[in-house]
Amino acid sequence: MNAGNPQTLFEKVWADHIVRPETADTPAILYIDLHLIHEVTTPQAFTILRERGLSVRRPDLTIGTMDHSTPTTPVRNFKDLAVVGEGAASQVVKMQDNCREFGLELFGFDNDYRGIVHVIGPEIGATQPGKTVVCGDSHTSTHGAFGAIAFGIGTTEVGHVLATQCLLQRRPRTLAINVSGKLQPGVTAKDVILAIIGEIGIGGGTGHVIEYRGDMITAMDMEARMTICNMSIEAGARAGMIAPDDTTIDYLNGRPRAPSGADWDEAVQRWSALPGHPDATFDRSVDINGDDLQPMVTFGTNPGMVVAINEPVPDANSDTGFRKALDYMQLSPGKPLTESAVDIVFLGSCTNSRLSDLTQAAEMLRGRKIADGVRMLVVPGSQQIKAEAESLGLHEVFKSAGADWRESGCSMCIAMNGDIVPKGRLCVSTSNRNFEGRQGMGARTILASPLTAAASAIEGSVADPRKYL
Amino acid sequence: MEAIRKISSCITVLPKSDIDTDQIIPARFLTTTSREGLGVHLFNDWRFLADGTENPDFVLNKAESKGCEVLVAGHNFGCGSSREHAPWSLLDFGIRAVISTGIADIFRSNSLKNGLLPIEVDEQTHEWLISNPGSSIDIDVANSTLTIENGKPISFAIDGFARHCLIEGIDQLGFLRNEEDAITRFEESRPWTP
Repeated sequence: MNAGNPQTLFEKVWADHIVRPETADTPAILYIDLHLIHEVTTPQAFTILRERGLSVRRPDLTIGTMDHSTPTTPVRNFKDLAVVGEGAASQVVKMQDNCREFGLELFGFDNDYRGIVHVIGPEIGATQPGKTVVCGDSHTSTHGAFGAIAFGIGTTEVGHVLATQCLLQRRPRTLAINVSGKLQPGVTAKDVILAIIGEIGIGGGTGHVIEYRGDMITAMDMEARMTICNMSIEAGARAGMIAPDDTTIDYLNGRPRAPSGADWDEAVQRWSALPGHPDATFDRSVDINGDDLQPMVTFGTNPGMVVAINEPVPDANSDTGFRKALDYMQLSPGKPLTESAVDIVFLGSCTNSRLSDLTQAAEMLRGRKIADGVRMLVVPGSQQIKAEAESLGLHEVFKSAGADWRESGCSMCIAMNGDIVPKGRLCVSTSNRNFEGRQGMGARTILASPLTAAASAIEGSVADPRKYL
Repeated sequence: MEAIRKISSCITVLPKSDIDTDQIIPARFLTTTSREGLGVHLFNDWRFLADGTENPDFVLNKAESKGCEVLVAGHNFGCGSSREHAPWSLLDFGIRAVISTGIADIFRSNSLKNGLLPIEVDEQTHEWLISNPGSSIDIDVANSTLTIENGKPISFAIDGFARHCLIEGIDQLGFLRNEEDAITRFEESRPWTP
């Protein structure tokens, strides 16, 4: 990268965080502005710190929450943790102990801002344009919706950031995904990102940071942009980004951790200079016309195995992996998914658990009932979202329809807390991964938008949401 | 981290593409707070039947796989989550290198920090390896070569810094801590503070 050349958004943010530039022999030392931590991927990192007698370099840039191993039933005391099982409960206790010992802020059970790590960072305004954000979680890509470089790291790297606030990194390549057109009714950001992953493949973004551009993206609100960036990792990308604009600035204005007063004016000025230069070039680019996009559903065991809701499952029986995936899903090629009976509907996860997701689903369910024999679990992304939804009466809509209304957390997306899809059952899920066993051993997952999930709950089989708009 | 310079082993082959980290170690085993002992859960839901007994059809359970330290897998190995439990479980099981035509970014990074060698090879080499399970292979990390059945050495690409750390057993946290003065200078010279 030459500083004299027109730079992309990514290149600007990257250059602004270089403690030492990379050489042929050594990677760059990249400074991290926000380190989000949770209970699953940190215990071993704290052990390393303890073994070496190290402290956390920047507790002020570190925020902890508990989301993966936590119950979605209320926790008033230690006994209430029992529902998640012994291992998960001890992990939660360890997180509290570690944060206390190392002097770190933790959004625990007594905190009104607790929630899924990728929901609360933006919600409190800690996620901001131009920052570097990391977390021991691959869906950290979510925060890129604000024009931050945000990516998932392993536990060893969590230790690096705790101890030094830095990471050793080679600069990734850049990939522009230009999405033009206007979303049709019943089609959402989730459908757009599923279509993108279907187009470029689950390894299509490997080694790259994606920048999503185009009029369809700029027309989206922040929650939709977060859904898009969230699933960048599902295309194998290191991160996904969207240039900050007035939508971004309006979202952040007034949030508790966003700058205020003169600092706000300075920040807005700095953020406004972040979008890439019009002449900046990318290593690769892909154009997608979004005008004709339909609601999308996955049919296989990775997020790239995706079709439009009314399309038949494709036939690629010569491919053993493909055939194995269909066998696992108990689906046959040539038929659309709309004939498949649904056992469980999960509305939640860092992909689709924000207020707009809950509102869309609730509007469809208002005055309707979910089908007999279907279990629907609604898990808000944070305690704040839960409270906002309740102030709008959405919880009553869900409950009247027959759905289960829960406390915030990752829940059935990763099935670490006792919220599982039983063996062989089919779940329409607004989460991000349909890998074998992801929602429980033998669970069959169909990824879809909140609208498609709600329609499927009503119908008792995979359903086109446009019938119920 | 232990230095890793040479590996001589038979290969075990799992030809499936897109093996994600949920298959390498399912999420329900991530409630541990330790790095140790995760090998028992490696590929749990493929390796074991519902009653907990070994699945005789799964390659790692077959006699010819015993003692093999090199896993050859299909394209895009290790995609999905950032769980470092994936390389921890492979290493604890006894796997020291993974060979594929494509290895996912976070899995690769996590592997290199633990002394598990991720190797990307061209399709032709990969096809040969996939078709010849049980063959012997010699991997020379310093020279970045692998040699199949005493044939001609084949070069593979690996980041120079990562290779240096592997063959010297260098811990990257130590490297970063040596740069603390530079980090402080960076913090003090920034025009804005996060």
